Amino acid sequence: MKEDKLVIGNHEFDSRFILGSGKYSLDLIDAAVKHAGAQIITLALRRTTTDDAANILDYIPEGITLLPNTSGARTAEEAVRIAKLSRELGCGDFVKVEVIHDSKYLLPDNYETIKATEMLAKEGFIVMPYMYPDLNAARDLVNAGASAIMPLGAPIGSNKGLCTKDFIQILIDEIDLPIIVDAGIGKPSQACEAMEMGAAAVMANTAIATAGDIPAMAGAFKHAIEAGRTAYLAGLGRVIEKGGSASSPLTGFLKN
Amino acid sequence: MSERIDEHTDHMKYTDDMQAIDHDIMDRVIAEMDAYDADVYTAADVKAALAAEECSVENFKALLSPAALPFLEEIAQKAQKETRKHFGNSVMLFTPLYIANYCENYCIYCGFNCHNKIKRAKLNAQEIEKEMKTIAETGLEEILILTGESPKNSSVEYIGEACKIARKYFKVVGLEVYPMDSKDYAYLHECGADFVTVFQETYNSDKYKTLHLGGRKRIFPYRFNAQERAIMGGIRGVGFAALLGLDDFRKDALATGMHAYLLQRKYPHAEIAFSCPRLRPIINNDKINPKDVHEPQLLQIICAYRIFMPFASITISSRECARFRDNIIQIAATKISAGVNVGIGGHTGEEKGDEQFEIDDGRGVDEIYQMIEKNGMQPVMSDYIYV
Repeated sequence: MKEDKLVIGNHEFDSRFILGSGKYSLDLIDAAVKHAGAQIITLALRRTTTDDAANILDYIPEGITLLPNTSGARTAEEAVRIAKLSRELGCGDFVKVEVIHDSKYLLPDNYETIKATEMLAKEGFIVMPYMYPDLNAARDLVNAGASAIMPLGAPIGSNKGLCTKDFIQILIDEIDLPIIVDAGIGKPSQACEAMEMGAAAVMANTAIATAGDIPAMAGAFKHAIEAGRTAYLAGLGRVIEKGGSASSPLTGFLKN
Repeated sequence: MSERIDEHTDHMKYTDDMQAIDHDIMDRVIAEMDAYDADVYTAADVKAALAAEECSVENFKALLSPAALPFLEEIAQKAQKETRKHFGNSVMLFTPLYIANYCENYCIYCGFNCHNKIKRAKLNAQEIEKEMKTIAETGLEEILILTGESPKNSSVEYIGEACKIARKYFKVVGLEVYPMDSKDYAYLHECGADFVTVFQETYNSDKYKTLHLGGRKRIFPYRFNAQERAIMGGIRGVGFAALLGLDDFRKDALATGMHAYLLQRKYPHAEIAFSCPRLRPIINNDKINPKDVHEPQLLQIICAYRIFMPFASITISSRECARFRDNIIQIAATKISAGVNVGIGGHTGEEKGDEQFEIDDGRGVDEIYQMIEKNGMQPVMSDYIYV
């Protein structure tokens, strides 16, 4: 069987779990890497302390790819500024674009996100935009130079799971870039479900960070993601969902 | 030169030198508050509020009512769930820095008021820098700059200088100073400030005029609309508060919540914060009683804010005792002050000016930090980037 790699901007990863930002602690990063097998870890620049530029990297184990995000940005221009700052601090070329100017639901602004993606892709960043799952916006993001698309499952902090499931499925079906489900994944079963649908990876943080046993929950996510991925590759989910009836009640007459 | 404002001045009318903006939010807040009769709510209303997935204005009113007090445990549990969903285990730390205590207002309940004979002072740039440097050494990343309300002695430029110095030592710079016009907020934003808190004290304008007898603060709508002018000036986040106990605290808490709620609907990007001060003893005036805002009522109000606006930051003041503060950050508050000194110049040595009020929780940054960790929470010094 062909090796199953997650490819983002010419970088290959074996793991399909990405640790989101939000609640950070050394324990969490340790658990995400050791027990969930994370190879990509999101970093919110706004959470780092003033003189701690070097410390950010100290926090992150060797061989792990940092994915700085632009949280705190309300416009495309602000996102670009934050992304450049993170690159200057030595956080690499990956960037997760987050443009939010809604303090209640924290829903991303697709229009500003597309603008930021275009500007950052031109600057040589590997851009992974966080977006509301809209097909037209996703196509624009592809054209703007995104390397992956990160639709939300539910509003941040809502713990509602895959509220946007049907629309994420459309992105998976129609967009040729990796679709990575971000936000709303509250349980391993939801991560598994996203992977069964054909998502390339899932991102989670709070679900693990606030678990009673962080390493155990990290491990549960790893297994759930692997199970979902295997199911997707096996094709079982699709056969069941799209109907496996052998007979042709309407067109059988053609054979006569 | 601004005109003299005294107890004969119409408190509902802007003076000529004040920026007047739409009153849409103020009119609705006052209408809601006037119509609010906390006594009509019953246990059934409170239960409905507890069961609701989204807290409506009606639910909020029920949660603030006397009928909700017997349900305080359930309310606290719901508030804690909301806090966890939106903030995880994070608790932000900050400290206030009083750089001046000159004041031109005559607010009869306040230790800084212009008729109170206290030691007045103002830190110069070197002194501000020295204080900030000392504070920064404790590890804090967020500072709240405060002045008395004297545009004459503490000009916008003076506050701007303090913000510029603060940017050198801190990631987050907040302001709790006198209300000003949008252009002034825009200037202070350029200088590095991004958060503005203004206490309305009481939303009952009839009561307000009997408490604020002189100075620009007497003009109720100018103060009310300060947060909106700040947002218009490019400030990221705004804070709201009533000084609980000045008037009917249930009505004031309702108005505070409605004020924030309507402003966020009008400006969806605005970050919202609440403070929850109660009256405390002040210098030269020990006659004021905090009316009926005891700890259970304070807890009720803070939890109601949390459930009504789950995404809002809620600050717990060092006016409250350590026991209350240690518990409330595990339930509903998300920001706590540490290493607090409310005098002028008190962080580096002898105070040049007197304090506005007495604090109860004098613990240092290390102690607060350890307390947060001990309670299974995560102390966070900054969750913000200046762009």
